[in-house]
Amino acid sequence: MARVFVPLVLAAMLLFAAAPLVVASAPVEQTMGLVQKIFYYHVPSAMLMFVSAFVCGISSAVFLFRRSAAADRVALAAGELVVLFGAIVLVTGPLWARKAWGVWWEWDARLTSSLLLWMIFLAYLLVRRFGGPGSEKLAGAMALFGMANVPFVYVSVNYWRTLHPKTSVVMTLAPGMRAAFWFCVAAFAAMYVLLLTLRKRLEDRQAEVEQLYLATDD
Amino acid sequence: MRQFLRVAWVVMRKDLTVEMRSREIVYTTVFFAASCVLVFAFALVREGRPLEDAAAGILWISVAFAGTLALGRTFERERHTETLRALMLAPSDRPAIYVGKLLGILALMAIVEAVLVPLVGLLFHAPVLARPLWLAALLAAGTLGFASVGTLFAAMLVRARSRDVLLPVLLYPITIPVIIAGVRGTAALFQATPDEPMARFWAALLLFFDVVFVTLSLWTFEPLMTES
Repeated sequence: MARVFVPLVLAAMLLFAAAPLVVASAPVEQTMGLVQKIFYYHVPSAMLMFVSAFVCGISSAVFLFRRSAAADRVALAAGELVVLFGAIVLVTGPLWARKAWGVWWEWDARLTSSLLLWMIFLAYLLVRRFGGPGSEKLAGAMALFGMANVPFVYVSVNYWRTLHPKTSVVMTLAPGMRAAFWFCVAAFAAMYVLLLTLRKRLEDRQAEVEQLYLATDD
Repeated sequence: MRQFLRVAWVVMRKDLTVEMRSREIVYTTVFFAASCVLVFAFALVREGRPLEDAAAGILWISVAFAGTLALGRTFERERHTETLRALMLAPSDRPAIYVGKLLGILALMAIVEAVLVPLVGLLFHAPVLARPLWLAALLAAGTLGFASVGTLFAAMLVRARSRDVLLPVLLYPITIPVIIAGVRGTAALFQATPDEPMARFWAALLLFFDVVFVTLSLWTFEPLMTES
Protein backbone atom coordinates (compact mmCIF):
# COMPACT_ATOMS: atom_id res chain seq x y z
CA MET A 1 0.00 0.00 0.00
CA ALA A 2 2.77 2.41 1.01
CA ARG A 3 4.53 1.87 -2.31
CA VAL A 4 1.61 3.00 -4.47
CA PHE A 5 0.74 5.81 -2.11
CA VAL A 6 3.18 8.49 -3.30
CA PRO A 7 2.44 7.95 -7.02
CA LEU A 8 -1.27 8.02 -6.19
CA VAL A 9 -0.97 11.37 -4.41
CA LEU A 10 1.02 12.82 -7.31
CA ALA A 11 -1.35 11.48 -9.96
CA ALA A 12 -4.46 12.71 -8.17
CA MET A 13 -2.98 16.15 -7.56
CA LEU A 14 -1.76 16.55 -11.15
CA LEU A 15 -5.03 15.40 -12.67
CA PHE A 16 -7.03 17.59 -10.36
CA ALA A 17 -4.88 20.66 -10.94
CA ALA A 18 -5.05 20.22 -14.71
CA ALA A 19 -8.82 19.64 -14.79
CA PRO A 20 -9.82 23.36 -14.85
CA LEU A 21 -7.47 23.96 -17.81
CA VAL A 22 -8.92 21.02 -19.72
CA VAL A 23 -12.46 22.14 -18.95
CA ALA A 24 -11.66 25.68 -20.05
CA SER A 25 -10.24 24.49 -23.36
CA ALA A 26 -13.25 22.30 -24.15
CA PRO A 27 -15.67 23.81 -26.68
CA VAL A 28 -18.44 26.06 -25.31
CA GLU A 29 -21.88 24.49 -25.58
CA GLN A 30 -24.16 26.48 -27.91
CA THR A 31 -27.50 26.66 -26.10
CA MET A 32 -26.37 26.83 -22.49
CA GLY A 33 -23.00 28.55 -22.88
CA LEU A 34 -20.63 28.69 -19.96
CA VAL A 35 -22.96 27.06 -17.42
CA GLN A 36 -22.62 23.75 -19.20
CA LYS A 37 -19.05 23.52 -17.81
CA ILE A 38 -20.53 22.59 -14.42
CA PHE A 39 -21.32 19.27 -16.05
CA TYR A 40 -17.61 18.27 -15.99
CA TYR A 41 -17.61 18.39 -12.20
CA HIS A 42 -21.22 17.47 -11.51
CA VAL A 43 -21.43 14.17 -13.39
CA PRO A 44 -18.12 12.63 -12.16
CA SER A 45 -19.10 13.52 -8.57
CA ALA A 46 -22.51 11.89 -9.04
CA MET A 47 -20.90 8.76 -10.50
CA LEU A 48 -18.52 8.48 -7.55
CA MET A 49 -21.30 9.14 -5.08
CA PHE A 50 -23.15 6.06 -6.33
CA VAL A 51 -19.96 3.99 -6.57
CA SER A 52 -19.10 4.98 -3.02
CA ALA A 53 -22.58 4.04 -1.76
CA PHE A 54 -22.06 0.55 -3.16
CA VAL A 55 -18.52 0.35 -1.74
CA CYS A 56 -19.93 1.29 1.66
CA GLY A 57 -22.87 -1.14 1.44
CA ILE A 58 -20.78 -4.09 0.29
CA SER A 59 -18.02 -3.54 2.87
CA SER A 60 -20.71 -3.23 5.55
CA ALA A 61 -22.12 -6.61 4.49
CA VAL A 62 -18.62 -8.10 4.67
CA PHE A 63 -18.19 -6.55 8.12
CA LEU A 64 -21.52 -7.92 9.38
CA PHE A 65 -21.14 -11.46 8.10
CA ARG A 66 -17.38 -11.98 8.25
CA ARG A 67 -16.73 -9.77 11.31
CA SER A 68 -13.85 -8.07 9.53
CA ALA A 69 -12.86 -4.84 11.28
CA ALA A 70 -10.91 -3.73 8.20
CA ALA A 71 -14.06 -3.90 6.08
CA ASP A 72 -15.80 -1.67 8.62
CA ARG A 73 -13.05 0.93 8.28
CA VAL A 74 -13.41 0.88 4.49
CA ALA A 75 -17.18 1.31 4.95
CA LEU A 76 -16.68 4.34 7.18
CA ALA A 77 -14.29 5.97 4.71
CA ALA A 78 -16.67 5.26 1.81
CA GLY A 79 -19.68 6.52 3.80
CA GLU A 80 -17.97 9.84 4.43
CA LEU A 81 -17.08 10.12 0.75
CA VAL A 82 -20.72 9.55 -0.28
CA VAL A 83 -21.62 12.58 1.79
CA LEU A 84 -18.70 14.62 0.42
CA PHE A 85 -19.31 13.86 -3.25
CA GLY A 86 -23.06 14.09 -2.66
CA ALA A 87 -22.57 17.60 -1.30
CA ILE A 88 -20.68 18.54 -4.48
CA VAL A 89 -23.51 17.08 -6.60
CA LEU A 90 -26.21 18.86 -4.62
CA VAL A 91 -24.43 22.22 -4.80
CA THR A 92 -23.43 22.13 -8.48
CA GLY A 93 -26.79 20.69 -9.59
CA PRO A 94 -28.97 23.64 -8.48
CA LEU A 95 -26.40 26.12 -9.86
CA TRP A 96 -26.91 24.55 -13.27
CA ALA A 97 -30.66 24.11 -12.82
CA ARG A 98 -31.14 27.81 -12.04
CA LYS A 99 -29.81 28.65 -15.51
CA ALA A 100 -31.24 25.72 -17.46
CA TRP A 101 -34.67 25.30 -15.86
CA GLY A 102 -35.09 28.68 -14.13
CA VAL A 103 -35.50 27.14 -10.67
CA TRP A 104 -33.00 25.99 -8.06
CA TRP A 105 -34.75 22.77 -7.26
CA GLU A 106 -37.24 20.54 -9.02
CA TRP A 107 -38.89 17.44 -7.51
CA ASP A 108 -37.57 15.34 -10.31
CA ALA A 109 -36.75 11.61 -10.08
CA ARG A 110 -33.01 11.85 -10.23
CA LEU A 111 -32.75 14.87 -7.93
CA THR A 112 -35.00 13.34 -5.31
CA SER A 113 -33.26 9.97 -5.36
CA SER A 114 -29.82 11.59 -5.07
CA LEU A 115 -31.03 13.69 -2.16
CA LEU A 116 -32.45 10.64 -0.41
CA LEU A 117 -29.31 8.60 -0.95
CA TRP A 118 -27.31 11.49 0.49
CA MET A 119 -29.64 11.64 3.51
CA ILE A 120 -29.35 7.88 4.12
CA PHE A 121 -25.58 8.22 4.33
CA LEU A 122 -25.81 11.33 6.50
CA ALA A 123 -27.92 9.22 8.87
CA TYR A 124 -25.21 6.53 8.61
CA LEU A 125 -22.60 9.04 9.80
CA LEU A 126 -24.92 10.32 12.55
CA VAL A 127 -25.31 6.81 13.97
CA ARG A 128 -21.59 6.22 13.89
CA ARG A 129 -20.96 9.51 15.65
CA PHE A 130 -23.72 9.50 18.26
CA GLY A 131 -24.78 5.87 18.58
CA GLY A 132 -22.30 5.08 21.34
CA PRO A 133 -20.54 1.73 21.74
CA GLY A 134 -21.58 -0.99 19.32
CA SER A 135 -23.01 1.46 16.81
CA GLU A 136 -20.80 0.14 13.96
CA LYS A 137 -23.13 -2.80 13.48
CA LEU A 138 -26.19 -0.61 13.45
CA ALA A 139 -24.51 1.67 10.94
CA GLY A 140 -23.52 -1.37 8.89
CA ALA A 141 -27.16 -2.42 8.65
CA MET A 142 -28.09 1.13 7.69
CA ALA A 143 -25.56 1.11 4.83
CA LEU A 144 -26.72 -2.32 3.64
CA PHE A 145 -30.39 -1.29 3.72
CA GLY A 146 -29.53 2.02 2.09
CA MET A 147 -27.83 0.22 -0.78
CA ALA A 148 -30.81 -2.12 -1.21
CA ASN A 149 -33.07 0.91 -1.18
CA VAL A 150 -31.51 2.61 -4.22
CA PRO A 151 -33.69 0.85 -6.85
CA PHE A 152 -36.87 1.38 -4.82
CA VAL A 153 -36.20 5.05 -4.35
CA TYR A 154 -35.50 5.36 -8.04
CA VAL A 155 -38.66 3.56 -9.20
CA SER A 156 -40.92 5.27 -6.69
CA VAL A 157 -39.77 8.80 -7.42
CA ASN A 158 -39.70 8.13 -11.16
CA TYR A 159 -43.49 8.49 -11.09
CA TRP A 160 -42.98 12.21 -11.49
CA ARG A 161 -42.04 13.59 -14.89
CA THR A 162 -38.30 13.65 -15.42
CA LEU A 163 -36.58 16.85 -16.46
CA HIS A 164 -33.04 15.78 -15.80
CA PRO A 165 -30.87 15.07 -18.88
CA LYS A 166 -30.61 11.34 -19.55
CA THR A 167 -27.37 9.48 -18.93
CA SER A 168 -27.18 8.86 -22.69
CA VAL A 169 -26.03 12.48 -23.03
CA VAL A 170 -22.53 11.27 -22.12
CA MET A 171 -22.35 9.09 -25.24
CA THR A 172 -23.47 11.86 -27.60
CA LEU A 173 -20.95 14.50 -26.51
CA ALA A 174 -18.93 16.44 -29.08
CA PRO A 175 -15.35 15.02 -29.34
CA GLY A 176 -13.70 17.99 -27.57
CA MET A 177 -16.18 17.80 -24.74
CA ARG A 178 -15.92 14.05 -24.47
CA ALA A 179 -12.15 14.18 -23.89
CA ALA A 180 -12.55 16.84 -21.20
CA PHE A 181 -15.36 14.88 -19.57
CA TRP A 182 -13.42 11.62 -19.31
CA PHE A 183 -10.38 13.54 -18.10
CA CYS A 184 -12.48 14.91 -15.24
CA VAL A 185 -13.90 11.45 -14.49
CA ALA A 186 -10.32 10.15 -14.21
CA ALA A 187 -9.30 13.08 -12.00
CA PHE A 188 -12.26 12.60 -9.66
CA ALA A 189 -11.77 8.83 -9.55
CA ALA A 190 -8.08 9.25 -8.65
CA MET A 191 -9.06 11.75 -5.96
CA TYR A 192 -11.68 9.34 -4.67
CA VAL A 193 -9.24 6.44 -4.40
CA LEU A 194 -6.73 8.72 -2.69
CA LEU A 195 -9.22 10.00 -0.12
CA LEU A 196 -10.53 6.50 0.52
CA THR A 197 -7.08 5.07 1.19
CA LEU A 198 -6.07 8.06 3.32
CA ARG A 199 -9.17 7.82 5.46
CA LYS A 200 -8.79 4.05 5.80
CA ARG A 201 -5.15 4.49 6.88
CA LEU A 202 -6.17 7.02 9.50
CA GLU A 203 -8.75 4.58 10.89
CA ASP A 204 -6.14 1.78 10.85
CA ARG A 205 -3.76 3.93 12.87
CA GLN A 206 -6.49 4.82 15.35
CA ALA A 207 -7.31 1.13 15.83
CA GLU A 208 -3.61 0.44 16.40
CA VAL A 209 -3.39 3.20 19.01
CA GLU A 210 -6.39 1.77 20.81
CA GLN A 211 -4.82 -1.67 20.76
CA LEU A 212 -1.64 -0.23 22.30
CA TYR A 213 -3.61 1.55 25.02
CA LEU A 214 -5.39 -1.67 25.88
CA ALA A 215 -2.07 -3.53 25.93
CA THR A 216 -0.49 -1.06 28.36
CA ASP A 217 -3.57 -1.16 30.61
CA ASP A 218 -3.23 -4.89 31.18
CA MET B 1 -40.28 -24.84 10.40
CA ARG B 2 -42.99 -25.70 12.95
CA GLN B 3 -40.59 -24.84 15.73
CA PHE B 4 -39.87 -21.49 14.02
CA LEU B 5 -43.57 -20.60 13.79
CA ARG B 6 -44.19 -21.72 17.35
CA VAL B 7 -41.42 -19.46 18.72
CA ALA B 8 -42.70 -16.52 16.66
CA TRP B 9 -46.23 -17.16 17.90
CA VAL B 10 -45.12 -17.38 21.55
CA VAL B 11 -43.11 -14.14 21.33
CA MET B 12 -46.05 -12.33 19.73
CA ARG B 13 -48.49 -13.69 22.32
CA LYS B 14 -46.17 -12.58 25.11
CA ASP B 15 -46.04 -9.04 23.70
CA LEU B 16 -49.78 -8.86 23.21
CA THR B 17 -50.50 -10.24 26.70
CA VAL B 18 -48.24 -7.63 28.31
CA GLU B 19 -49.96 -4.98 26.21
CA MET B 20 -53.47 -6.26 27.00
CA ARG B 21 -52.76 -5.93 30.72
CA SER B 22 -51.42 -2.38 30.68
CA ARG B 23 -52.87 -1.04 27.38
CA GLU B 24 -50.22 1.67 27.65
CA ILE B 25 -48.92 1.60 24.08
CA VAL B 26 -52.33 1.18 22.40
CA TYR B 27 -53.95 4.09 24.21
CA THR B 28 -51.02 6.50 23.89
CA THR B 29 -50.32 5.63 20.25
CA VAL B 30 -53.95 5.91 19.14
CA PHE B 31 -54.26 9.25 20.91
CA PHE B 32 -51.00 10.44 19.37
CA ALA B 33 -52.14 9.41 15.87
CA ALA B 34 -55.44 11.25 16.32
CA SER B 35 -53.62 14.40 17.47
CA CYS B 36 -51.37 14.14 14.40
CA VAL B 37 -54.45 14.16 12.16
CA LEU B 38 -55.76 17.24 13.97
CA VAL B 39 -52.45 19.10 13.67
CA PHE B 40 -52.39 18.43 9.93
CA ALA B 41 -56.02 19.47 9.66
CA PHE B 42 -55.13 22.92 10.97
CA ALA B 43 -52.26 23.18 8.49
CA LEU B 44 -54.02 21.85 5.41
CA VAL B 45 -57.67 22.89 5.65
CA ARG B 46 -58.44 26.26 4.04
CA GLU B 47 -61.86 27.89 4.42
CA GLY B 48 -63.42 24.64 5.58
CA ARG B 49 -62.14 22.60 2.61
CA PRO B 50 -59.16 20.27 2.75
CA LEU B 51 -56.53 20.59 0.02
CA GLU B 52 -56.86 18.06 -2.78
CA ASP B 53 -55.07 14.76 -2.03
CA ALA B 54 -54.40 15.90 1.56
CA ALA B 55 -56.26 12.95 3.10
CA ALA B 56 -53.91 10.28 1.74
CA GLY B 57 -50.83 12.17 2.87
CA ILE B 58 -52.22 12.82 6.34
CA LEU B 59 -53.20 9.17 6.75
CA TRP B 60 -49.74 7.88 5.87
CA ILE B 61 -47.78 10.47 7.83
CA SER B 62 -49.87 9.69 10.91
CA VAL B 63 -49.28 5.96 10.39
CA ALA B 64 -45.52 6.55 10.12
CA PHE B 65 -45.37 8.80 13.20
CA ALA B 66 -47.54 6.53 15.32
CA GLY B 67 -45.57 3.50 14.13
CA THR B 68 -42.29 5.09 15.21
CA LEU B 69 -43.77 5.76 18.63
CA ALA B 70 -45.09 2.20 18.99
CA LEU B 71 -41.73 0.73 17.92
CA GLY B 72 -39.82 2.88 20.39
CA ARG B 73 -42.14 2.08 23.29
CA THR B 74 -42.26 -1.67 22.60
CA PHE B 75 -38.51 -1.99 22.73
CA GLU B 76 -38.15 0.48 25.62
CA ARG B 77 -40.26 -1.97 27.62
CA GLU B 78 -37.88 -4.81 26.71
CA ARG B 79 -34.87 -2.70 27.62
CA HIS B 80 -36.29 -1.47 30.89
CA THR B 81 -36.85 -4.97 32.22
CA GLU B 82 -33.74 -6.46 30.52
CA THR B 83 -36.00 -9.00 28.81
CA LEU B 84 -34.51 -8.63 25.34
CA ARG B 85 -31.32 -10.25 26.59
CA ALA B 86 -33.39 -13.08 28.08
CA LEU B 87 -35.13 -13.53 24.74
CA MET B 88 -31.79 -13.64 22.95
CA LEU B 89 -30.50 -16.26 25.40
CA ALA B 90 -33.44 -18.54 24.70
CA PRO B 91 -32.41 -21.62 22.73
CA SER B 92 -34.37 -20.75 19.61
CA ASP B 93 -33.86 -19.28 16.16
CA ARG B 94 -33.05 -15.58 16.32
CA PRO B 95 -35.09 -14.83 13.16
CA ALA B 96 -38.11 -16.44 14.85
CA ILE B 97 -37.83 -13.87 17.64
CA TYR B 98 -37.67 -11.13 15.03
CA VAL B 99 -40.82 -12.44 13.34
CA GLY B 100 -42.61 -12.61 16.70
CA LYS B 101 -41.74 -9.00 17.54
CA LEU B 102 -42.74 -7.92 14.03
CA LEU B 103 -46.15 -9.62 14.35
CA GLY B 104 -46.72 -7.87 17.68
CA ILE B 105 -45.94 -4.47 16.16
CA LEU B 106 -48.17 -5.22 13.16
CA ALA B 107 -51.08 -6.07 15.46
CA LEU B 108 -50.61 -2.78 17.33
CA MET B 109 -50.42 -0.75 14.13
CA ALA B 110 -53.51 -2.49 12.75
CA ILE B 111 -55.47 -1.25 15.76
CA VAL B 112 -54.13 2.29 15.25
CA GLU B 113 -55.05 2.18 11.56
CA ALA B 114 -58.54 0.91 12.36
CA VAL B 115 -59.07 4.17 14.25
CA LEU B 116 -57.15 6.42 11.82
CA VAL B 117 -58.89 5.45 8.58
CA PRO B 118 -62.46 6.30 9.67
CA LEU B 119 -61.17 9.47 11.34
CA VAL B 120 -59.48 10.67 8.14
CA GLY B 121 -62.55 9.67 6.12
CA LEU B 122 -64.79 11.64 8.45
CA LEU B 123 -62.70 14.80 8.78
CA PHE B 124 -61.42 15.08 5.22
CA HIS B 125 -64.40 13.72 3.27
CA ALA B 126 -62.21 10.90 1.91
CA PRO B 127 -64.17 8.06 0.27
CA VAL B 128 -62.57 5.34 2.42
CA LEU B 129 -65.33 2.88 1.55
CA ALA B 130 -65.06 3.30 -2.23
CA ARG B 131 -62.52 0.45 -2.65
CA PRO B 132 -62.13 -0.99 0.87
CA LEU B 133 -60.17 -4.06 -0.20
CA TRP B 134 -57.59 -2.10 -2.18
CA LEU B 135 -57.20 0.37 0.69
CA ALA B 136 -56.72 -2.48 3.15
CA ALA B 137 -54.17 -4.12 0.83
CA LEU B 138 -52.16 -0.90 0.48
CA LEU B 139 -52.23 -0.30 4.23
CA ALA B 140 -51.24 -3.88 5.03
CA ALA B 141 -48.36 -3.95 2.54
CA GLY B 142 -47.14 -0.48 3.54
CA THR B 143 -47.33 -1.23 7.26
CA LEU B 144 -45.42 -4.47 6.78
CA GLY B 145 -42.67 -2.65 4.87
CA PHE B 146 -42.43 0.09 7.47
CA ALA B 147 -42.56 -2.28 10.46
CA SER B 148 -40.11 -4.84 9.04
CA VAL B 149 -37.32 -2.26 8.81
CA GLY B 150 -38.50 -0.53 12.00
CA THR B 151 -38.47 -3.69 14.12
CA LEU B 152 -34.91 -4.51 13.09
CA PHE B 153 -33.63 -0.99 13.73
CA ALA B 154 -35.50 -0.57 17.03
CA ALA B 155 -34.16 -3.93 18.24
CA MET B 156 -30.59 -2.88 17.42
CA LEU B 157 -31.03 0.56 18.96
CA VAL B 158 -31.96 -0.94 22.34
CA ARG B 159 -28.30 -0.87 23.28
CA ALA B 160 -27.43 2.45 21.63
CA ARG B 161 -27.19 5.87 23.19
CA SER B 162 -29.76 8.53 22.13
CA ARG B 163 -31.96 5.76 20.72
CA ASP B 164 -35.12 7.90 20.78
CA VAL B 165 -33.82 10.33 18.21
CA LEU B 166 -31.86 7.80 16.17
CA LEU B 167 -34.87 5.60 15.35
CA PRO B 168 -36.63 8.20 13.16
CA VAL B 169 -33.28 9.41 11.81
CA LEU B 170 -32.56 5.92 10.48
CA LEU B 171 -36.07 4.79 9.68
CA TYR B 172 -37.51 7.68 7.67
CA PRO B 173 -34.91 7.93 4.88
CA ILE B 174 -35.08 4.15 4.36
CA THR B 175 -38.88 3.96 4.33
CA ILE B 176 -39.47 6.94 2.02
CA PRO B 177 -40.39 4.59 -0.87
CA VAL B 178 -43.09 3.07 1.38
CA ILE B 179 -44.50 6.50 2.15
CA ILE B 180 -44.42 7.58 -1.51
CA ALA B 181 -46.08 4.36 -2.71
CA GLY B 182 -48.64 4.44 0.11
CA VAL B 183 -49.59 8.08 -0.42
CA ARG B 184 -49.76 7.84 -4.23
CA GLY B 185 -51.71 4.57 -4.15
CA THR B 186 -54.17 5.83 -1.55
CA ALA B 187 -54.59 9.15 -3.35
CA ALA B 188 -55.48 7.20 -6.51
CA LEU B 189 -58.21 5.41 -4.54
CA PHE B 190 -59.52 8.63 -2.96
CA GLN B 191 -60.15 10.30 -6.35
CA ALA B 192 -63.73 10.95 -7.44
CA THR B 193 -63.40 7.93 -9.74
CA PRO B 194 -60.91 5.53 -8.09
CA ASP B 195 -57.93 4.76 -10.30
CA GLU B 196 -57.48 1.03 -9.73
CA PRO B 197 -54.58 0.32 -12.14
CA MET B 198 -52.56 3.05 -10.41
CA ALA B 199 -53.34 1.62 -6.97
CA ARG B 200 -52.37 -1.84 -8.25
CA PHE B 201 -49.00 -0.53 -9.48
CA TRP B 202 -48.16 1.02 -6.12
CA ALA B 203 -49.41 -2.03 -4.19
CA ALA B 204 -47.12 -4.21 -6.33
CA LEU B 205 -44.17 -1.93 -5.59
CA LEU B 206 -44.97 -2.12 -1.86
CA LEU B 207 -45.15 -5.90 -2.03
CA PHE B 208 -41.79 -6.04 -3.76
CA PHE B 209 -40.32 -3.74 -1.12
CA ASP B 210 -41.76 -6.01 1.62
CA VAL B 211 -40.21 -9.13 0.12
CA VAL B 212 -36.75 -7.55 -0.20
CA PHE B 213 -36.71 -5.90 3.22
CA VAL B 214 -38.22 -8.78 5.21
CA THR B 215 -35.66 -11.12 3.62
CA LEU B 216 -32.84 -8.69 4.34
CA SER B 217 -34.00 -8.27 7.96
CA LEU B 218 -34.26 -12.01 8.57
CA TRP B 219 -30.82 -12.44 7.06
CA THR B 220 -29.13 -9.69 9.12
CA PHE B 221 -30.98 -10.11 12.44
CA GLU B 222 -28.71 -12.91 13.64
CA PRO B 223 -25.30 -11.17 13.08
CA LEU B 224 -26.69 -7.82 14.23
CA MET B 225 -28.05 -9.06 17.54
CA THR B 226 -24.98 -11.10 18.44
CA GLU B 227 -22.87 -9.30 20.98
CA SER B 228 -19.21 -9.68 20.13
